[in-house]
Amino acid sequence: MAFGQGRSGGRGKASEKKGDKKDGQRRPMFRRRKVCKFCADKIDDINYKDVKLLGPFVPERGKILPRRISGTCAMHQRKLQVAIKRARQIALIPYVTD
Amino acid sequence: MADRQYELVYILPPDTTEQQVADLHEQVGQVVTRLHGQMEKNENWGRRRLAYEIGHNKEGVYVLDVINGSGELMKELDRRLKVMDQMLRHMIVRVDEEKKVVDRTQTKRRTESERRRVKRGLPPQRQPGEGRGSSMDAEDEDDRFDGVEV
Repeated sequence: MAFGQGRSGGRGKASEKKGDKKDGQRRPMFRRRKVCKFCADKIDDINYKDVKLLGPFVPERGKILPRRISGTCAMHQRKLQVAIKRARQIALIPYVTD
Repeated sequence: MADRQYELVYILPPDTTEQQVADLHEQVGQVVTRLHGQMEKNENWGRRRLAYEIGHNKEGVYVLDVINGSGELMKELDRRLKVMDQMLRHMIVRVDEEKKVVDRTQTKRRTESERRRVKRGLPPQRQPGEGRGSSMDAEDEDDRFDGVEV
């Protein structure tokens, strides 16, 4: 209960502060809203054989691109992760590159 | 019980001949038929660059088999493939359940869009030249995998 109260209190303060400005203008630097590529393009099947699809989510180093950067939704990130790991097993995608 | 569907991908050394590939495919086929499975599809991706070296090989010949069969069959196949020394690597993945989910979401999406279109008084299918990005549909299929990434 205490947690809920604390949160609502914080919210109230924030809305007071930005009262004179419109939503989203509070931050000086504008960031584009990230959208999940798979949701936007309606890609249902994230297949491990599709290297072209997985490529952008595996940067040079060979690590899986985190969700906070790519903007992929949780469900698709999970499927993507499985696909990338399978692709690594059959040497379509590297485990590490240095 | 209905058969499960599996995909078997294996990598052979780059110097394998067509004949050897065919022989190996034959061997796999024998195991599959002996344990009451069926080969649904066989694809040869040809020579491809490996993302990392496997036993000092930088390239490999990829072969994909789609097999319908039981778990015991795949277990046996896996055991046999492990013993084969001419194979660089193999992987078996069960695909039927994922396929079912994908089909379901696709049909759901299609029926939903048809329903909405009918409600708006439009024909259920998208007409050619309608809306933006009409080339999207074609794009979806063809960049699956082309095997020439060197």
